[in-house]
Amino acid sequence: MAALPETNIAASRAALAGRLSGILPPDALLTEAEDLKPYECDGLSAYRALPMLAVLPQTVEEVQRILRVATETETKVVARGSGTGLSGGATPLGDGILMSMAKFNRIVSVDPLARTARVQPGVRNQKISEEVAYLGLYYAPDPSSQIACSIGGNVAENSGGVHCLKYGLTVHNILKIEVVTIEGETATIGSDALDSPGYDLLALITGSEGMLGITTEVTVKLVPKPQLARVVMASFDDVEKAGDAVANVIGAGIVPAGLEMMDKLATEAVEDFVHAGYDLDAEAILLCESDGTPEEVEEEIAKMETVMKASGATACRTSNSESERLKFWSGRKAAFPAVGRISPDYYCIDGSIPRRALAPTLRRTEELSKKYGLRCANVFHAGDGNLHPLILFDANVEGELERTEAVAAELLELCIEYGGTITGEHGVGIEKINQMCSQFSDAEREMFFAVKRAFDEKLLLNPGKAIPTLNRCAEYGRMRVSGGKMPHSDIPRF
Amino acid sequence: MENLIQSLTERVKQAASNNTPLAIHGGNSKSFYGGAIRGDALDLRAYTGIIDYEPKELVLTVRAGTPLQEIETALEAAGQMLPFEPPYYADTATIGGTVATGLSGPRRPYTGAVRDFVLGTRIINGKGEDLSFGGRVIKNVAGYDVSRLMTGAMGTLGVLLDISFKVLPKPTDEITLRFEMDEATAIQRFNEWAGKPLPISATSWHQGVAMVRLSGAAAGVKAAREKLGGEAVADAQAFWRDLRDHRAPFFEDAEPLRRLSVPSTTSPLSLDLPQWIEWGGALRWVKGAADVKVLREKIASVGGHATLFRHGDKSVGVFHPLAPVLAKIHVNLKAAFDPDNILNPGRMDNFS
Ligand SMILES: Cc1cc2nc3c(=O)[nH]c(=O)nc-3n(C[C@H](O)[C@H](O)[C@H](O)COP(=O)(O)OP(=O)(O)OC[C@H]3O[C@@H](n4cnc5c(N)ncnc54)[C@H](O)[C@@H]3O)c2cc1C
Repeated sequence: MAALPETNIAASRAALAGRLSGILPPDALLTEAEDLKPYECDGLSAYRALPMLAVLPQTVEEVQRILRVATETETKVVARGSGTGLSGGATPLGDGILMSMAKFNRIVSVDPLARTARVQPGVRNQKISEEVAYLGLYYAPDPSSQIACSIGGNVAENSGGVHCLKYGLTVHNILKIEVVTIEGETATIGSDALDSPGYDLLALITGSEGMLGITTEVTVKLVPKPQLARVVMASFDDVEKAGDAVANVIGAGIVPAGLEMMDKLATEAVEDFVHAGYDLDAEAILLCESDGTPEEVEEEIAKMETVMKASGATACRTSNSESERLKFWSGRKAAFPAVGRISPDYYCIDGSIPRRALAPTLRRTEELSKKYGLRCANVFHAGDGNLHPLILFDANVEGELERTEAVAAELLELCIEYGGTITGEHGVGIEKINQMCSQFSDAEREMFFAVKRAFDEKLLLNPGKAIPTLNRCAEYGRMRVSGGKMPHSDIPRF
Repeated sequence: MENLIQSLTERVKQAASNNTPLAIHGGNSKSFYGGAIRGDALDLRAYTGIIDYEPKELVLTVRAGTPLQEIETALEAAGQMLPFEPPYYADTATIGGTVATGLSGPRRPYTGAVRDFVLGTRIINGKGEDLSFGGRVIKNVAGYDVSRLMTGAMGTLGVLLDISFKVLPKPTDEITLRFEMDEATAIQRFNEWAGKPLPISATSWHQGVAMVRLSGAAAGVKAAREKLGGEAVADAQAFWRDLRDHRAPFFEDAEPLRRLSVPSTTSPLSLDLPQWIEWGGALRWVKGAADVKVLREKIASVGGHATLFRHGDKSVGVFHPLAPVLAKIHVNLKAAFDPDNILNPGRMDNFS
């Protein structure tokens, strides 16, 4: 990101702070470097920047006032939920306002009969389910970060979780959002009915990475908590066999509540962390969950076990109690922090592929891992084809981050080749912006910009994220045309 | 087929440069729906066929002109289905029209709408550009979700070419239960039941009779049936098909038919018009003459919207008017995709 010279920033900061201090309570405006520090990055910590200033509005009116000032002064604005995003969506801009939605932390109301809850965007994902548990209801999308991530961030990223094969992503589980436009106008998108007149703006805004409007309230759908859930844990001596087992489960007409895979390195890392008794000899482990009434679960679990065994599982265990089920899941849910313990840094890739491309993709991952000399642990939303190879590196070792990014770039290009996508659920942000040049044509990317301008004519909301400019892609193209090789790559460089 | 795409693209480019509107159509099974049709016909029926269908992937990619019948037959053979139970209204229905109108059938509140299962689209925009968005994978957040935006846009943003869907296995068992109850009780029960882990896949209430369809694994359906009571209905498939396709006598006369989409818990609307309720209370069909302004206000006051679905006077607008802030975004989006306003102009009356 091209930053303005420091002196200019200081002057703009003072002028903007002057305007904002008149319209915000004193504790809602931060301008000192030490106060801005906590906002310098999201979960993609390799990218950092201090925002020009930060605001913490508490009411819709405050959000409106801030955005009106931003529009008038043509200042960029980046919204932030909990900052757990993994693609740099909430990375601040040095010449922009960082708007934290943390104070929007109330559950406004719950309607048990309609099975909906109105929640402010700063509410943590898991809090919703906790709050409505007494009604036998819950909010289905369950990203592994659910204890921390905000529902506003979930909407912005269209987040998924381990249960989204059966229960859907964020877009399938929200009815309505209240939005403030960059011009400071409020808009209701979607409704409490099942559809609304006009274009499906709810779908368009979901996953738009905070670039079309600021979400100030979300009406989520709540679903009945299944009476029972059990999970089958199957071991395989070969990753490809595990991949086939996934296809066979689906082929048998089963839509599991969750279907996840971990490879050997991932299993070792999590076993060391949670001690759940995972099979350390297995090359791959599948977790396959069934939920529903006791009768349904019994029928489905029997089918799942049959398919696993027929697909060559070397061992197969089924949870016999809720605590055992949670234990089986604990490692998968804690995969990222577990991997964080065995390596100073890790880098999470988020490509999606058609399931049939699983085996060659995993093989290529292994090759790349060898080629670049970096270990790679694979966790994988197997049911819906969403890969999460975790590349282990040490940012303090010179060149490791660059090599890691090179592995990521090659893998994402491969996902595109297989007809998949560079991001299944974490968003493009700044991280995968170059690969957008490969996945979409110039005309398609220009169409994205046209969509953005339909909401935000001056391109002030989170600009520079998600959609690369033609220039940027031309630059990236030149780099790639030379085959990723530097000119005169045969000459040794020291 | 690439030649056909080429010629479709040329047609759109020409229309844009001559400023002559195009009326995109497939089987014309839903031409009654939406604002009045004008422009030169752009027939998509030759652009037909299943491009890719691998049951184990749960993903289907088809050309827009493919007959819905052909698609459902192929899915059926693999024990799968389009989970939104698309209405045909006529046997000629194509998948393109299904997505463009965004209409879903009885299963919608329980499994999802068309938009929930659209994964990707290839379109021609109003400038004659051949563009692809989304993809053939179940999870994809690269770029704005233009594919879902196309769903229900009535062809005003682009000519649909290819569409990818997530599909689901067909439930193995199904039973429909019949109950006698009044409207208020039915609305209350439908909502209560939806809050319980029951395999409900469709609900209907009309003239004092509630119908509830259960679909799923045998054991679950059986257990739910015991819990709910009611009386099993023979030939229920025909009942749901006739409701889905508006072939029941209620829908057959020439009275204006209105589609009222409301929060499912909305109490009886007491409109003094013949009514059929489905979607667990969230969709209420009424027919007969009504003061549009009064009706729209009433429906808006409960948080819903009213659409003139079939017959009646379209001059006052078919769809519920949009709030000014949204209308502005709609105008901008239309201009972004179709700057010359040549794609199905007026089909979404209030802004295009
Ligand atoms: C350990 C770990 C595990 C994870 N597991 C998963 C997983 O299983 N599935 C998954 O999908 N993701 C996962 N994530 C990624 C991340 O948690 C999600 O993307 C999450 O939705 C981000 O929410 P947040 O509140 O932290 O948003 P932030 O990171 O603060 O922001 C994300 C984006 O949302 C925008 N934004 C935030 N609030 C608003 C608002 N009110 N209005 C407009 N825009 C807004 C920001 O500008 C930014 O572009 C994981 C992350 C971590 C660290």
